[in-house]
Amino acid sequence: MSVVFERSVPGRRGVRLPGCDVPLAEAIPEKCLRERSAELCELSELDVVRHFTGLSRLNFGVDTGFYPLGSCTMKYNPRVSERIAGLAGFSQLHPFLPQLRSGGMLTQGALQLLYELEHVLCEITGMEAFTLQPLAGAHGELTGMMLIAAYHRDKGNRRQTVLIPDEAHGTNPSSAAITGYRTVPVPTDTTSGRLDLEALEALIDDETAAIMLTNPNTLGIFNSDIERVVELAHARDALVYYDGANLNAILGKFRPGDAGIDVMHVNVHKTCATPHGGGGPGAGPVGVRKHLVPFLPISRIQKRQDNSYMLDYDQPKSIGYVAPFYGNFSILVRAYAYIKLLGGEGLVEVSENAVLNANYVMQALKERYALPYDRTCMHECVLSASRQAEKGVHAIDIAKALIDRGYHPPTVYFPLIVKEAMMIEPTETESKETLDAFISAMLEIADEAEQNPDAFAQLPKNAPVCRPDEVKAARDMDVCYDI
Amino acid sequence: MSFVANTPAQREEMLRACGVSSVDELFADIPASVAPKSFRLPPGASEHEVLTYFQQLAERNYAQLTVFLGGGVYDHFIPSAVDALASRGEFFTAYTPYQPELSQGTLQAIYEYQTHICRLTGMDAANASMYDGGTAIYEACQMALHTTRRSRIVVDEGVNPVYRKMLYSYTANLDIDFTEVPTSHGACHRELIEQTVGDDVAAVILQNPNFFGVVDNHEDVVARCHERGSLVIQSVYPVAMALLKPPGEIGVDIAVGEGQSLGNPLAFGGPYLGFMATNRKLVRKMPGRIVGRTLDREGREAFVLTLQAREQHIRREKATSNICTNEALCALRAHMYLSLVGKEGMREVAQLCHAKAEYAKSRFKTIPGVRVMETNPTFNEFTVRLPADAGVIAGRLVERGIAPGLPLGRYYQGMENYLLVAVTEKRTKAEIGNFAEVLEEVLAHYWDFEEEHSERIEV
Repeated sequence: MSVVFERSVPGRRGVRLPGCDVPLAEAIPEKCLRERSAELCELSELDVVRHFTGLSRLNFGVDTGFYPLGSCTMKYNPRVSERIAGLAGFSQLHPFLPQLRSGGMLTQGALQLLYELEHVLCEITGMEAFTLQPLAGAHGELTGMMLIAAYHRDKGNRRQTVLIPDEAHGTNPSSAAITGYRTVPVPTDTTSGRLDLEALEALIDDETAAIMLTNPNTLGIFNSDIERVVELAHARDALVYYDGANLNAILGKFRPGDAGIDVMHVNVHKTCATPHGGGGPGAGPVGVRKHLVPFLPISRIQKRQDNSYMLDYDQPKSIGYVAPFYGNFSILVRAYAYIKLLGGEGLVEVSENAVLNANYVMQALKERYALPYDRTCMHECVLSASRQAEKGVHAIDIAKALIDRGYHPPTVYFPLIVKEAMMIEPTETESKETLDAFISAMLEIADEAEQNPDAFAQLPKNAPVCRPDEVKAARDMDVCYDI
Repeated sequence: MSFVANTPAQREEMLRACGVSSVDELFADIPASVAPKSFRLPPGASEHEVLTYFQQLAERNYAQLTVFLGGGVYDHFIPSAVDALASRGEFFTAYTPYQPELSQGTLQAIYEYQTHICRLTGMDAANASMYDGGTAIYEACQMALHTTRRSRIVVDEGVNPVYRKMLYSYTANLDIDFTEVPTSHGACHRELIEQTVGDDVAAVILQNPNFFGVVDNHEDVVARCHERGSLVIQSVYPVAMALLKPPGEIGVDIAVGEGQSLGNPLAFGGPYLGFMATNRKLVRKMPGRIVGRTLDREGREAFVLTLQAREQHIRREKATSNICTNEALCALRAHMYLSLVGKEGMREVAQLCHAKAEYAKSRFKTIPGVRVMETNPTFNEFTVRLPADAGVIAGRLVERGIAPGLPLGRYYQGMENYLLVAVTEKRTKAEIGNFAEVLEEVLAHYWDFEEEHSERIEV
């Protein structure tokens, strides 16, 4: 499809602006003005509508079809959440309003909503308090690491390292590193698929600021040793961070706070069904246990005795601002709407069905695809294309074959600790019929990999493009239409 | 309603296929010792009930005030087509475009967005977005620190004070020195900056228009910084860029800013988007997703995520940033907005904002006790000094349906009587006139009250 700038026609207009009802002004000195207009598009409204409608048709979303992208929880996004987030009382609210005197009283609905969401998240996770400010999951991790650093600084010690299992999300080591920590990988026990406890015991020392844990981990396996891990960490005054990206597996079944987890984040765009938006916006609320509450970012939302709500900036030990205002508000609105729709029993149903769907797919595929850790999985399972790879058909080829059959592929080549990994997360909103059809497609692909492995290199055939040249993209670096 | 499709009968069948008799068996790995101590949540509700609940909450917010609040976030008009197009499920229910064959829509849109940002800022390359204007500054600092291998950052106090606070929070655990340079009559203090920029400075952070709304041409400052090997990060207001000299024309190394004004609603603070653009020399150091145009196996034009070797999922602890999910849908909205409003339209929006702000200034100048700060030219935002605490006065105006601006006392010591007023193209002459009249009235009554009050005290 042609690039939008190619559609541009000099002099064409898309919107009409209000006339100028005040005198024209010329108060800006010449030297501060740009020499010529920025070369933006010149299109009619219909040109723009057709262009973006055309682009949307080149895309695949949950609305289009099954999207079992492991670790991303691509569940259905209820439409009512969009309607609620669009209410003028939310969408037209300026974030500086509560900072005007008596302005807090003008945003009581918004503050109450945030307050209630914080408390609901506490109940879901067993944590003492939440901040809703982090703007994405990785931003939550960063906030969590900042809280951990503040905790240790407050005690007068500056610890240097953070332990991170090698089955953790890629953002974990990066989040720890940019907070100023050296990261130390902890190996996975290759028989159980869980963190190697002995290795952990050997690595943990008085320099350890924290351990970052993902449970269930990226293999989709729940670590039953979690209490022992927490015990080992706390014995050295190291804190335990819990990556809540996989919360969809454990709602009502396990609460990190009950196991002594110190800090965690929740990816509301995963668990709470807020749309993924083609790569955000998300939101990554962070929960803490009691001893970390004083360090939470400002502002904190408090409920007064008269049941009104206020923003509290008077937190001397706070790590300060991590976001300009109160988080990605309209994403948080959607998350709370989702929790309200489901209620406690609905959330339990989410995890039970997410786990059932994942196990159902795993059982049906494990005869034909290698399953490195053959045990009950949680919300996702990790298969391997190692058997097919012997014939020259790799995980990426299977992914492309799935595209031709109308499916979004699973996450491939992650986690890194499984060769030819295919990480499948069906989510609870998919029906048995969808799963059965997907399973059939995967089994057909396995047959073809045996019978006609050479054909895979040409796939996908039914997509607008086929295997773009990434090497050329990085080398030639055409990242702007002009250069 | 949990949006689970499977019927109880189907679930039974699936459990049997998994070789278990109950769903509890699937959770057997969770030890009983860590079973939830509590899970007391309200019961679920119907769509109608939930909608009603949130409508009631929304009604408790006063979103109908006439807004003269800015401070980096502005009440611009959003054409209807932006909402209609951005709410297409193919866009908003997709995720990060890891599979280019299924994501050409998102990928091409990001490529076009990058181009739009480059054209607006005059820079060579932009990324797919950061979380917001503040985190974009922080990421730009990290980029400068890594590039120069120096450890000090100089920050003009005309840079959004909230962003400055964010910057200090993020770096509390790192060995980075920050030096803040005060402004002079609300504008960049050139001599002080020159004195401060030594050989140890990685970057100088400037803002245009700055937090007080003052417009500047920082070309000379950029030249001085470059002489000393320091990079320059400039945070800009994208709407103003339709008129003002863009960072690319004056040699800025990293241009950043808050992109909310481009088609994204106020929404009580987010989601917004930070934009970031740089020059050819630094593009490989830029954090975040970047989309490139290439060819596919059959020679067709195609778009892909590129330069991924910088990113966390490949480089882990050595990545340029930990950013993963960014603000793709907000960037898409910004791109749609720019496409619709277009070349002439953006100039007009900027001219309207400026003209209306100048008109507001002219009205305020006639109010006794009010002083408009006008030593330096401004774009659509300006400061006024009131005869009493701006927070108190603002509170009075709010009661009259006007959100009059941001009292600066919270962010700038000694500026308790100053109010930062923003005017966008949405404000009419009548609204501005009403604002001026109400302000005059409030001030008159304020003095009456104060006089009465002080007389009483004297008695």
